[in-house]
Amino acid sequence: MMKLLNVSGSPHVHGPESVKRIMWDVNIALVPIFVVSLIFFGLDALFVSLVSVFCCILFQWLIEKFLLKKPTSISDGSAVITGLLLAFNVPSNLPLWIVAIGAFVAIVVGKMTFGGLGKNPFNPALVGRVFLLISFPVQMTTWPKANNIFDLAQAAAATDATTGATPLALIKEAVKYNDISLLNNMPDVWAMFIGQHGGSLGEVSAIAILIGGIYLLCRKVISWHIPVSFILTTFLFAALLNWMEPGLYVVKPIYHVLSGGLLLGAVFMATDMVTSPMTKAGQLVFGIGCGLLTIIIRTWGAYPEGVSFAILLMNAVTPLINKGFKPKRFAK
Amino acid sequence: MILPAVIVLGAIGALFGILLYFVAQKFKVFEDPKIDEISEVLPGANCGGCGKAGCRALAEAIVKQGNMEGLRCPAGGNDVAAKIAQIMGLEAKESEPQVAVIRCSAGCADAAPKYSYQGMQSCAYAASVYVGGSGCAYGCLGFGDCYNACQFDAIKLDPKTGFPIVDEEKCVGCGACATACPRKVIELRNKGLKNRRVYVSCVNKEKGAVARKTCANACIGCGKCAKTCPFEAITVENNLAYIDYNKCKLCRKCVVECPTGAIVAVNFPPKPAVDTTENNDK
Amino acid sequence: MKTFPLGGIHPEENKLSTQAAIEVFPLPKQVAVFLSQHLGAPAIPIVEKGTVVKTGQLIAKADAFLCANIHSPVSGTVSKIDAVKDIFGYSKPAIIIDVEGDEWDESIDRSPEIKREITLSASEIVEKIKEKGIVGLGGATFPTHIKYIIPEGKKAEYLIINAVECEPYLTSDHRVMLEHTEEIMIGVSILRKALGVQTAYIGIENNKPEPIAKMKEMAAKFEGIVVEPLKVKYPQGAEKQLIKAITGRNVPSGKLPIDVGCVVNNVGTAYSVYEAVQKNKPLIENIMTVTGKSLGEQRNFLVRIGVNYNDIVAHIGGLPDDTAKIISGGPMMGKAMVNLDAPVTKGASSILIMKESEATRAQETNCIRCGKCMEVCPMGLEPYLFSALVNNGKIQEAIGERLMDCIECGCCLFTCPANKPLLDEIRLAKNKFRQMMMQQKK
Repeated sequence: MMKLLNVSGSPHVHGPESVKRIMWDVNIALVPIFVVSLIFFGLDALFVSLVSVFCCILFQWLIEKFLLKKPTSISDGSAVITGLLLAFNVPSNLPLWIVAIGAFVAIVVGKMTFGGLGKNPFNPALVGRVFLLISFPVQMTTWPKANNIFDLAQAAAATDATTGATPLALIKEAVKYNDISLLNNMPDVWAMFIGQHGGSLGEVSAIAILIGGIYLLCRKVISWHIPVSFILTTFLFAALLNWMEPGLYVVKPIYHVLSGGLLLGAVFMATDMVTSPMTKAGQLVFGIGCGLLTIIIRTWGAYPEGVSFAILLMNAVTPLINKGFKPKRFAK
Repeated sequence: MILPAVIVLGAIGALFGILLYFVAQKFKVFEDPKIDEISEVLPGANCGGCGKAGCRALAEAIVKQGNMEGLRCPAGGNDVAAKIAQIMGLEAKESEPQVAVIRCSAGCADAAPKYSYQGMQSCAYAASVYVGGSGCAYGCLGFGDCYNACQFDAIKLDPKTGFPIVDEEKCVGCGACATACPRKVIELRNKGLKNRRVYVSCVNKEKGAVARKTCANACIGCGKCAKTCPFEAITVENNLAYIDYNKCKLCRKCVVECPTGAIVAVNFPPKPAVDTTENNDK
Repeated sequence: MKTFPLGGIHPEENKLSTQAAIEVFPLPKQVAVFLSQHLGAPAIPIVEKGTVVKTGQLIAKADAFLCANIHSPVSGTVSKIDAVKDIFGYSKPAIIIDVEGDEWDESIDRSPEIKREITLSASEIVEKIKEKGIVGLGGATFPTHIKYIIPEGKKAEYLIINAVECEPYLTSDHRVMLEHTEEIMIGVSILRKALGVQTAYIGIENNKPEPIAKMKEMAAKFEGIVVEPLKVKYPQGAEKQLIKAITGRNVPSGKLPIDVGCVVNNVGTAYSVYEAVQKNKPLIENIMTVTGKSLGEQRNFLVRIGVNYNDIVAHIGGLPDDTAKIISGGPMMGKAMVNLDAPVTKGASSILIMKESEATRAQETNCIRCGKCMEVCPMGLEPYLFSALVNNGKIQEAIGERLMDCIECGCCLFTCPANKPLLDEIRLAKNKFRQMMMQQKK
């Protein structure tokens, strides 16, 4: 015989899909958001992102090399995703050492303790973010103002000392002080759509997130079920509350959709394959659950923002959803 | 303010208490306390060596059957059997301790493999896909099904070839590995006097010439051993010799006689003791 | 256009050999005929060393219900009945015949004329199919006559002819349909008569425009035969999926096609039924595709059963140097060969030669729970769940999730981004479960 013959069970051919391809597709989809964050938050955004991604890769490499003693898997790109998503979920003026701590928690606690990619029950980036939010509440909620891209002179003059409240924080304050006039400071819908308002790196610009989301949909990395059900539920629930009690207590539903991490969460974090349900029906339930929890936390909770908590809570019930929502069997 | 709260909570508590009582009565399952007692003395490794799903299943089977006929914990050995017999109020029966023996000498390990297998790392599956890397249709495949089956950490895999090595100290003779092996390469044999054993380290039923082609140490079924054996302990069937461990007196005449070195003697002192009578007397 | 609803994939078609006409493969010096080359019990040899046999003479008799007769594919002398290694390297008993000339049994009509008139009655047809050792040529080699013994209380309503050939690379059905169109139609008419059904449907995937046109044209001349073009989707050729696509009926879990009034036969089987019933010729030849990207010339051969694979390889001028895998059958459900010194058996449909780049499975990584295996499963099962359960030894639980419904089409493993050996694990669980059942029976 000339060569070693390969032996295996059928099938003997494999399709184009691979974990690597999926993960790098997500990274590509995150590029528009990264670009937009650079425009609005300048070099700070770059530093935060670089530190976050670098630390995530480093921690994963260290653990695989010295603790697990197995070949490294960083080339699959999942650590880069975690790093980017974590960076996109923090304010651009966050001290870099806090970013590094977040990366540590995300990768080490959120992912590698469970056995690495695929075995983590919770979205690692969200674990990191929520850890930071609870541990460093002041730093995590001090938001820099976004550069005004329509006024370059002002943009150049802007220093990182200027901070501004996010739309969601404004709403919370208005409720807290029972003062509706505070809401006058809200940015208009157009500004929120392109990202001209305060907030975390990656969550400000709806348009960049949508571009990334459409790319993922085209590449079949995600399906429409989770983002659509998540966003629609948020919108409808907010509209319902608004209709029942218009005015101060609840704001216009469109603000709920465009503000905070909702879009970023719905498109990139809730759709994380590892931590979301497998069937389409399960995904709809997951999205609806996320939407309901988001509004509940935003309206009645202590924090102005509820997307991270909502997704983490739904991550926890994902195995249950998988059990309850089976695919349609043949002949049944 | 306090009184209504106390009354309400008290009432709820009482109500649930009563409810729980009735539910407990309704769904009560009678279980022989002996099952718990026997489970207690069993090793609890759930190795499956007894042929049941686990230790508790064995306990249930023993209590249900009322005696220990055919039900035995090989891992626990005579000690556990005695304890179970005591619980059941029966007479304990002693039996010879056994050990897992790998009846494949890895004679093909040095030869270059002919095929590269890709897929599930399981002997049972690989066996259904092809004959094995060496071309031997009977020998060890080296994917470690026995290693995975062993609950007592008694099997190590040779890192180079994947062939299993039994740790005699740790092996309790439960037979989980023998069941797991799709090729039936592993056999439970009596531990033997001073742990000494003589056995045919091959299970190849192929004709001599074919068997020899794939493995230098294959049993070719020549029958020389059977002729040599003074105790009629060796039988040759389907081109394969088998040594009955109950009849073998460990004389090792067959070991010398075997042309391929398929018969293996273990745990004998390094210098071969040719005097066979010594062992016979004991 | 019709197709089945759940799952399915689109592997690269690679139908390279569609234009290669079927060539008659030269007779070898010696053939080895396995006693077991169909699903079920092995046949019992009725010849012994030294017996002189003619081509088409019965040499091993079916002894059990699930069994098929075996006929000599050549004329010559039986040299011995001995263990011969099959394509996996396992030894199985076979009748070895030294070839001397090519003298056919007198009862076989070897004239080239097409015999159109069907003279036999339904029961005679079934008897003939049984006598001539016809087995399903779609891959499972299920003895054909058993499908025509309709159990009490059941009624056949549909005859479905499987000409889907959804496996990539394979073209034997394609060629038969082009070269023996009328014989196939007569074969289908025979089967229709044997079943007593109104209409026979021939399902062909839409990627074969030539055969569809030719079959449609010919079907118009016959009564009660409908050619049904189907949307291209793998595994359309699986029995349950094909029935669903053509009739819309569901074969429930654990049931047979006849339970919903369907009988499915391969188009190649229809051709061999024609030969058996009209020409009295037993199943002693296969149409085999010899194909692969690394081969210069793609061929289709008419090969006698028992011819050594090495002879075929030598005939095409040896294997290319970069050959890394040789497959008997298609790339989705075929079997990897480890031993080429093995005889061709009934139902062997191809030799597929693959290069390293095509044939190597990528490194397995953790499951990322993407759910793609579930999406592509044509049975609506959860391969990822089976994988997890089987690896933890929870076979009973996996059975409870309908593991036994798996048709082993390979869509899950084809798609899995993590390259998990999903189908390997499912097959292992199936085997273990069958063993458990056998033990329980004892």
